[in-house]
Amino acid sequence: MAALKFIQKEKKFQVVSSNSITFDSNEKRMPVHQLNPDNWVDAYADYLFNFAVARVSDAEIAKDLVQETFFAGLKSAKNYKGDAAERTWLIAILKRKVIDHYRKINSNKGKAEVRMSYSSSSDSEGDWLEERVADPFSTLENSVIENEELGLAIQSCISKLPKKQAQVFAMKTIQGVSTEDICNELGINPSNLWVMIHRARTALMGCLNDNWY
Amino acid sequence: MTSCEKAATICNKTQYREASFIEKMKLQFHLLMCKTCPDFSKQNSKLTALCDKANLKALSEQEKLKMKEQLQNKS
Repeated sequence: MAALKFIQKEKKFQVVSSNSITFDSNEKRMPVHQLNPDNWVDAYADYLFNFAVARVSDAEIAKDLVQETFFAGLKSAKNYKGDAAERTWLIAILKRKVIDHYRKINSNKGKAEVRMSYSSSSDSEGDWLEERVADPFSTLENSVIENEELGLAIQSCISKLPKKQAQVFAMKTIQGVSTEDICNELGINPSNLWVMIHRARTALMGCLNDNWY
Repeated sequence: MTSCEKAATICNKTQYREASFIEKMKLQFHLLMCKTCPDFSKQNSKLTALCDKANLKALSEQEKLKMKEQLQNKS
């Protein structure tokens, strides 16, 4: 009898210890995802901006939405559990912000009615209603979606580059700043710039290789 | 004979249409001679095509700095 009790006790002990082990592993898993808002703008601003631009199709509004997302993230940083990666978490906030934006501009019923009006050029043609029916064989939407995915893939690859390279590559490729201006602004000489461009491009090729080549 | 590094630089310049005519000729000549560079050149053009297709947008440094300042003020 005493022996049985002892075994039961031991079992209990084992259960407790195994619990504590899982608890430990939870504790260990937590610090994998942490928020550091100081890096947000450098690391995610462009990624979030592309995401937003694809949805609101206005650069100014998209910029404001990204800014609001950062504010909201900062405000609710203490609610961040660390389950999702920082970027995923910020994208989730941004999605809400985009929805809020559309709610705001649609709140006024009168505005919605105004936007239903047809453009004058198609008014004059006879069968304007038929023209507006969705084309079931169109592949245009697919390519739009694909291009957006491609854009986000490139953007996340860029954010993996060292900061200086990412900056030079973005200025040159995306904003189309001339070589001279970049050199003046960053205080480097042209051959230096081309080396950085070369490294950035090679890294991007490697990064995109798996999915897009 | 241009070295592979020089050819790569010219190749990168061509992606931004900044290579001179002589440089382009040098590159073409090198691509005929070299075994590995045509591969790089092809991938490089593909990357440019992808970037064009994706219609990338980016915030300028000034805008980012402004964002950072505002974030700092909030926190």
